[in-house]
Amino acid sequence: MPVLSLPSVLTSLTGGVHTIPATGTTVAEALDDVVRRFPGLSPRLRDEHGEPYPFVTIYLNDEDIRFIGGFGAAVQATDELSVVPAVAGG
Amino acid sequence: MTAATLPERATGDLAPDEYLRYSRHLILSEIGIEGQRRLRQARVLLVGAGGLGSPAALYLAAAGVGTLGLVDFDAVDASNLQRQILHGTADIGRSKLDSARDRLHDINPHVHVEGFPVRLSADNAREIAEGFDVIVDGTDNFATRYLVNDLCVLRNVPNVYGSIFRFDGQASVFATADGPCYRCLYREPPPAGLVPACAEGGVLGVLPGLVGTIQATEAIKLITGAGTTLIGRLLLVDALHWRLRTVRVQRDPSCPACGTRTITDLTDAVQLCAAPAEVELDAIFAAVPEIEPAALSARLASGESLDIVDVREPYEFAIARIEGARLIPLAALEHRLDELSRDREIIVHCKAGGRSAQAVKRLRAAGFTRVLNLAGGIERWSHDVDPKVPRY
Repeated sequence: MPVLSLPSVLTSLTGGVHTIPATGTTVAEALDDVVRRFPGLSPRLRDEHGEPYPFVTIYLNDEDIRFIGGFGAAVQATDELSVVPAVAGG
Repeated sequence: MTAATLPERATGDLAPDEYLRYSRHLILSEIGIEGQRRLRQARVLLVGAGGLGSPAALYLAAAGVGTLGLVDFDAVDASNLQRQILHGTADIGRSKLDSARDRLHDINPHVHVEGFPVRLSADNAREIAEGFDVIVDGTDNFATRYLVNDLCVLRNVPNVYGSIFRFDGQASVFATADGPCYRCLYREPPPAGLVPACAEGGVLGVLPGLVGTIQATEAIKLITGAGTTLIGRLLLVDALHWRLRTVRVQRDPSCPACGTRTITDLTDAVQLCAAPAEVELDAIFAAVPEIEPAALSARLASGESLDIVDVREPYEFAIARIEGARLIPLAALEHRLDELSRDREIIVHCKAGGRSAQAVKRLRAAGFTRVLNLAGGIERWSHDVDPKVPRY
């Protein structure tokens, strides 16, 4: 089962959980599955039209999904999805 | 990227005291005498002398970088000292540049420090960056990060990037000849208010130490040509659960900075990215009626019954609170509207006024007409009305 990894800033929306198992055969399906259980995450992962934000990059293993098919990219059972939002602190 | 892509300058012999000072470098075959000469000839510009800039500047000075440029307009505040290790308690109130210069010269008197006591802007960035070989991005806001990126792309200068928030850090090297830039990773900044700053979201004090030293490492490798840099990779640091990993960053052919080259000057850069965020923030504040702390204090003293709602987080409420205020964190507000009365005037506050401005907008949208934002939040309240309320 693929997993979704979250940065600490988003774990307040998941009760502190930072690695969430997900079901689905595409990135979109995996995100849908996670969002069903943690609805508060939804607006942090994609916009109101379901499109990716330009300031939140989602990785499938080590690849930016924008270069491998976006939300339609195929996901395998051993894959890890990572949410990497832009941060500006210094 | 190798050292060969950085400008060559005349490199004289090291002085006897330099052989001793840098002996641990000189016996590394990857650096050696030639690498140390390159460091001495190098000019590195650090944008920000704060959390990231502190360790980066300290290690680059100790490593023998010949010229360090520092851009920072701020003064040392007590709240900086938890992480900004360039500065000490005795420096509170001094300019960060003065404090940094003293500390860096104490570490290495050979280093030439050039200070720029200004906020980096589209108007001054090119002039400030003139003659520097590497720029280290230690800024604390998106607008300046995009400005630094576009400056580096336009000038063909490597951008040694680091960024932190709470327990998470990122580092990379952008804007080299063949590598991606920051806009290849994040095309645009988030809207103002969506991502809180460290001042509101917090940051583990040691985290900029980790990421800033990674930035110093990358700058040294770029200058000396040693090893493999983070070009094309993004290092992700999760200090809370201890996970370090790199992911790939590809050059995006449609990137307006390094791909299509739509961004041709820094004014474009500001208009394309920073301005919308600022405009949006201005729009939020412009649309929200405010009350000054002194006016609120006077109304409370006259016995008016006002509902003061604090929309910060519980851990902030535990640090400091306005007497009589009740806590409804911003994220819970939508679900707790039934606790508020439409017949009573509501004063909303947070730490500095940003989150409460959003709360006022939401309450007004929900039909609450008598709602005011406390200008400047509890920080201004502490400053203007009640200094016993701790600042944090």
